[in-house]
Amino acid sequence: MEITTRSLWTLVHGMGFGALYLLACSGAIVLLYLRFSTEAQTNVPPRRDRFLGAYLTAMAALAWLTVLSGTYIIYPWYRAPASVGAAQLAGFPRALLLSNPATRAWHSIGMEWKEHVAWLVPIAITMAAVIVIKYGRDLRFHPQLRSALQVFLVTSLVAAGIAGFFGAMLNKNAPVEGGQTVYLVQGEKP
Amino acid sequence: MSLQTAIAQEDTAAIPNSTIIPNGSGAAAILSAGIGSFAVALFSILADKSVYVKNLSVFYKPTGPLSGVTTAAILLWLAAWATLEWRWRKQTVALARINIIAFALLSLSLLLTFPPATDLF
Repeated sequence: MEITTRSLWTLVHGMGFGALYLLACSGAIVLLYLRFSTEAQTNVPPRRDRFLGAYLTAMAALAWLTVLSGTYIIYPWYRAPASVGAAQLAGFPRALLLSNPATRAWHSIGMEWKEHVAWLVPIAITMAAVIVIKYGRDLRFHPQLRSALQVFLVTSLVAAGIAGFFGAMLNKNAPVEGGQTVYLVQGEKP
Repeated sequence: MSLQTAIAQEDTAAIPNSTIIPNGSGAAAILSAGIGSFAVALFSILADKSVYVKNLSVFYKPTGPLSGVTTAAILLWLAAWATLEWRWRKQTVALARINIIAFALLSLSLLLTFPPATDLF
């Protein structure tokens, strides 16, 4: 069982940071709602507010790691121009997708949307984390702030979902491959 | 009614006393997030439509114009946040109006990053 370093980075970016963000985001939406629902206003220990702040901070870290690793580590491999006369485009995902009319839109719509929309996520979640940490228990007096947080959180979930969906489909149609081979497990002899 | 002086009636309703943090800081964070999100979409359109902006946006060659588009948007977001925070941190502002503006900017940024929508320009 082996994997190339580029595939490994793609896994870390998508399945590690990105997918974990998506999971955490649905949790954050519920957590924020439950924390400030009418029934939850009495005798809430301060540690629950600290936990919510820490949870959103961890999500913000995940979001930044996802977009930075995607933009500065994986995307350069994806968009590397194919060397002149290259008969084998497998090492050049963008060129491979554009070479076939059936796969061209995965780049022209999928990657073009993904590479930009993903950047809305760290902006939204960083803002949410800062507000929750700054206001803490006082958020219960600011329903409009809470509404805005929920809207930005849901939007970040949608944006991360778009980026995640296209990331998975792009990697299915034109995987980012190359680099050194990492041997994970030695198979048994037949 | 200016944003700085208006009282957000819903926000101050049923508050036991005036020791709570005013909503200005939160409003600054929300509006600047809308501005930053919109900047990502706006700069990506500009880089797509103008060769000059596209070349100007190449901060890191392997990543191409995306590096400049996103870096510029992030810097604009942080600058807007710092400015608004400095102006509103001790105030209660009309958050309903600010939320509407921020949501509009956020929706536009989702829409305008969609390539077929970008191609309309």
